[in-house]
Parts: sequence; C-alpha cells; structure tokens
Amino acid sequence: MNTLTPPAPALALPAEAVAIAPPAERSQVMSRLFGDAISALATVVTLALLVYAAKHVIDWAFIQSVWPGADGGACRAAGGACWAFLGEKMRQILFGIYPPAQQWRPAVVCVMLLALSAGSLPPRFWGRTLGVVWIVAMVGAVLLMRGGMLGLEAVPTASWGGLPVTLLLAVCALGLGFPFAIVLALGRRSELPVARMLSIALIELIRGLPLVSLLFIASILLPIMLPAGMSIDSVLRAGAALTVFSAAYLAEVIRGGLQAIPQGQGEASRALGLTWWQMTRLVVLPQAVRAVIAPLTNTAIVMIKNTSLVLIVGLFDLLSSGRVALTDPAWPTPYVETYLFIAGIYFAICFSLSRYAMWLERKYQRTAAR
Amino acid sequence: MFRALWFDSRVRAWWLQGLLACGAVGGIVWLVLNARENLMRRGITVGFDFMDQAARFPISESLLAYQTTDTFGHAFVVGIVNTVFISVLVIAVSTVLGFALALARRSTHPLITAIAATYVEVIRNTPLVVQLLFWYGMVTVNLPSARQAYQPLPGVFLSIRGFMFPKLAVAGNSTLFWGVVCAALLFVLAVMLAKPVIRKHWKTRLPMVSIAIAMAAVAITAVLLSGRASASWELPYLRGLNFTGGMAFTPEFSALLIGLVLYSAAFTGEIIRGGIDAVGRGQWEAGRSLGLRPWHIMRLLILPQALRIIVPPMTSQYLSIIKNTTLALAVGYPDLAFVVATTINQTGQAIEGIVVLMAVFLTISLSVSLFMNAYNRRISLVQR
Repeated sequence: MNTLTPPAPALALPAEAVAIAPPAERSQVMSRLFGDAISALATVVTLALLVYAAKHVIDWAFIQSVWPGADGGACRAAGGACWAFLGEKMRQILFGIYPPAQQWRPAVVCVMLLALSAGSLPPRFWGRTLGVVWIVAMVGAVLLMRGGMLGLEAVPTASWGGLPVTLLLAVCALGLGFPFAIVLALGRRSELPVARMLSIALIELIRGLPLVSLLFIASILLPIMLPAGMSIDSVLRAGAALTVFSAAYLAEVIRGGLQAIPQGQGEASRALGLTWWQMTRLVVLPQAVRAVIAPLTNTAIVMIKNTSLVLIVGLFDLLSSGRVALTDPAWPTPYVETYLFIAGIYFAICFSLSRYAMWLERKYQRTAAR
Repeated sequence: MFRALWFDSRVRAWWLQGLLACGAVGGIVWLVLNARENLMRRGITVGFDFMDQAARFPISESLLAYQTTDTFGHAFVVGIVNTVFISVLVIAVSTVLGFALALARRSTHPLITAIAATYVEVIRNTPLVVQLLFWYGMVTVNLPSARQAYQPLPGVFLSIRGFMFPKLAVAGNSTLFWGVVCAALLFVLAVMLAKPVIRKHWKTRLPMVSIAIAMAAVAITAVLLSGRASASWELPYLRGLNFTGGMAFTPEFSALLIGLVLYSAAFTGEIIRGGIDAVGRGQWEAGRSLGLRPWHIMRLLILPQALRIIVPPMTSQYLSIIKNTTLALAVGYPDLAFVVATTINQTGQAIEGIVVLMAVFLTISLSVSLFMNAYNRRISLVQR
C-alpha cells in the first residue's frame, strides 16, 4: 500500500502531490532532544545528572548494601542501604506490637480489605450487594482483629498497629464519611434555613481547621466532654475525627455534583409527582454522585494519605510502627530505607487510585460525548 | 388539626427545623456541662487566667525573644509568629518553584517533562508526614558533623547542626538602616503596582520601575555613606563543635522547610500548569505573529489571563499549606500546634489551648480567603 494509485482517467493527480510522505516520528524526538543549542545543552546536563544520581543510588542500594540475614553490626560497617533491617523488622512495621503468634489475623484483614478495594473498582460491580459485602467485611475485620470469640485470643486495640490500622481508619473515614457528606451537601443546598446554616457552619469550620487540631479535639477534648465513666477507645476517637474531616471535604465535592444538575431534573420529578425524598434518592443523587466520582476518588487519596497524621496523637499506624522499629538500639537508624518502604506502600495505593480516577473520568467523558 | 402537623409541608418544615436546632443546641450544652463537671472533679479552673503565669518550658527557636520565665501568653505569640514565618516562606518559595515546575512540565523536551512528571507523581502520592520524617532523617543522620560540614559556597555550611549562612550585620543606628531599607522596598513595590495608573494619568513612557530601584539603591547607599550605620556580612565560623555567628536554620526548621516546599511545589505547579494550559493556543500564536519574544508572550499575554483561573484553586492551596505547617509537631519545630500541645501537657488547660489553636487558624483562613477574593475581583475580567 505504499504507492497510491490515482483513480484512473477522470482526474489525474500530479505525481509530486502524492509522493510527499509525512515526516517520520523519530526525527521529531531527535530534534526535540538536540534541535537547538539550548535543547542539546539541557539534554546533556540532565543526562549527566541522571547518570550521576543513578550511579550513587545503585551503589547505595545494591553494591554497598547489606542484604537480609545480616545483623546490625554489618549495617554499621557497610556504607550502603541496610535492607537487613527491613527484613528483620518487616513484621513489626506491618503489624505493630500485635502478638507475633496471632499476626496471621491482621495479615488476613489487610489482604481482605485490599482485595475488596480492588474488586470494588470496576463500575459494573457497583450496587447494593457490594455495599452489603463491605459492611460484612468491615465487621468481620474488626472482629477478627479483636478476637475473644470462636477460640481466638482477645487482642485489645492498644496492641493493634501497622498497615491494618491504616487501612481500617481509611475505609472507616471514607465509608462512614460518605453518607454523612451527602447529608451535609443536601443540607447546604436545602431551603430550610436552620439545616442550611448548620451544614455551612460545620463544613466551613472543619475545612478551616487543620486535621491536627481535629485529632487534638478527638483525643484530648472528647474524653473531657463525655460523662464520667463513659470512655471511647482511642482508635475509635481518631477514626471519628478522620470521618468528620473527610465528610466535610466530600460534602463540598458532592455539592459540586448537585450544582451541575440542571434545574429541569427537579422540575420534571415534581411534575411526575415524586416527593422530595423520592426525587433526591432516585433522580438527583445518582446523577450528582456519578458526575463527581473522579474528584471523589481524589479526595479519597487525600484521606488515605491523611491517616498517617494519627501518629501525632500516638496511634500506631503504619508510619508510627515504622518509627518505633527505628528506635531499636541493636541496629543503626536506617531512616531512608524504612521511610522509603512505607512511602512505597502508600504510593502503590494512591498512585493506582489516581490512575483509576483518570480512567473513570475519560470513560465518563466518552459516555457523555456519545 | 394534628394532621396538618405532618401533612402541611410548611408546618412540617418548621417543626423539623425546630427539632434540629434543639438537638444541636442540646448536644452542645450537654457536652459543655459534662466538661464543666469533669474539669471541676480534676480541679482545673476554666479560663484564660493561666496565660499570665510563667510558661517554664523551652522553645528551641523563635523569631521573637523568648525565655522560660515568660508567660504562656507570650509563648502562644511566639508560636503564632513561628507558624506565620514558616507559612510565608513556604508559600513564597513553593510558588516560584511551582512556576518553574509548570514550565518544565510544559516544555517540549521529553527528558525534562518526564523528570517533572515523575517528581509530581511521587510527591503527590505519598503522605506529607512520611516526607517530613524522611527529610528530618536525612538532615539529622546523613549530613556530616560540624567539623566536616559541606561548604557549597563560601560562608554557607551544611551539617547535622543545621544550615548556616551569612547574616547582614548592621552596626550603629540599625533602626535607621532597616527603616530606610523597608521604605525603599515599599516604594519600589508601590511604583510597580501603580505603574499602569501613572502611565495612563501622566501619559509617560519612562521606565518607572528601574528609576524607583535606582532611587532606592541611592537612598540605602546614602545611609551607609553618612556613617550613621554600617552593614557587613557576618560569616558563620566553626568554634568547638558548633558554628557561631551568621544565621542558622536548625535541622528541625530545615527539614520542615524542605519537606513542605517540595510537597507544596508539586501542587502549586499543577495548578499553575492547569491555568497556563487553559489559555487558548490562539493567544500564543497572536503573540508570536506580533513578533513578541516567548518570555514576553508569557508575561504580558498568557500569565494575566491564566491568573484568573489560577487564583481560586491557589487560595485553597495556600490555606492548606498554612494548615500543613501544624505537622511541624512530627519533626519538633515549635510552631503554634507544638506550643499548644506542650501547654496542654503541662497545665491540663485543654479547652483553652484548643480554642486558641482553632481561633488562630480560623482567623488566618478567613483573612486569606478575604484577601484572595479581593485580589480575584481585581484581576477578573471586567465585562462592560
């Protein structure tokens, strides 16, 4: 198909007009890299920097490093990364001070929550069944972690730690925050002045405050403000603070979706004789939430990252247990390796979610354009 | 008659709202009563009387002078000033860095765009606390001791003692010197802002900003030549195990600054890039066909239009930078949250401490959004 034969007699095209091929893609890349003096200089400088950095990183991470199996002394002597520390402390970082013999329980919880999250991503699985599965899974996860039944040893929340705490906090904050956020968003757009004022006050108050201050309120102020004898678990209190925080931010995203719905939708449902409640549940909310799924996912990423702040009120999430593992005097303090490992776990979760949000956005744009 | 209570939608709205208001007020009253009872049992008096007592805890670094014998009230002020200082610094540096990042991501050079994109993805998808602790570890463990400090420039030292650099030391009448410097800077700034008005009013094409800078330089030189004040660079130098003289950023401050700047730059960079991308391609083409240089097209055509898109998201970004400075707690820089946490630990005045924290942040949030809204009105498109 290289040569284009012009349709025979009627209109003969001049040969030159057909012969010119589009410029090859490859030459464009080369011209971008070395097209003029500045590009060439930029290429050479960045390549030099990259090679220099790569040499040091490889030297640190692979050549001079200490691999699992060695002890703290070997790490002190070596000039490179101390992967032996990660190998030794992996379980402590992932599961905190959970009794070592029982650590299969948090492991099962982590696998279950991650698998369920991955399974909830494709839009065709969304529905009532999925919601029920999530509720069952969350109750099951908490019971499995707590124990004290079915022959499982009871483990108090004070010894929970590591990745399962991070995942449970994130899922709770988002899962419980979402219905709360819908109520706040509807309240903010409500015609009832009291409901509107309360919603605006709550949303703006929480969005104006740093999460640290909310965690302070939950961990210091809440015990003072509850009647004597009534105490709430510290994990639960931090979870409540995160839930309220995520609800305020999710509410603003949902409000954006509500605003995007044309007035006619409400008028049409009123003309059909639907009550306000039916209109909201059947017409308004499904469209509003669908319009903002991508921004909702981005808020979810922010909240997953925010769970690491519970370290400030002394809870043992993934980051805190990593920090505790670093205090072992038998080892040098391999900050970089430990924090890279923890950052890697967060990155894997957040990066895949952000790609997912982009994919969803493109998908909905295509559907809308059709 | 009672049927109307449920079936008349207006009546129903009223009593539902009454119920909601009663519930909200009742809940708050219940919490407050509980708190009063609990605090009475613990023997803590509610109120801000403790503000006049001596704080008796150290604050490792501050812009304002502070001693352990100073009052709690002064400690709070020191914390607020520290919070504002780091916020302003981070906002300024990350905006400039973000602009550079936006240009890098928009460049046609494949290597540079790839590096910028990787940077943004890595930074945005890992928690800020992890990054702060990472930098703190880098600063406190991986840097050499003071005797083997890195010296990238003469008078600049990097070691586990922190980041040392020269300070402008003013001898003689320092108030006069700094007063003149501030006045000169304000003058230049005022001329820059008023340039369009002056040009229009007096129909002049003079290079006003350059003249203003020259005048400011003459004023500062005049003060120095008059002999009333003299300025010189005071270099840090090694004495024993630490540096003396010059300016110093402690490891905590350096880690917080590096971490927050690198984190925020990724976000501001994406906002600026979005704003520049949103300006139509025709604007670039029009600028080019007028014979403007690329930098002039950017400064005169693209940026003023992009600003309209950039300002609203940038407002919330700046606010979140200010709120993020409370993570100073993780590395131990004494900002307001640190002072509040220490005060609560020492005195048990939890309610007062948290009220101060909330009041300060709500005030900052409110004033920043008011200021940015006013700015937004000024630059937004005037439709006639």
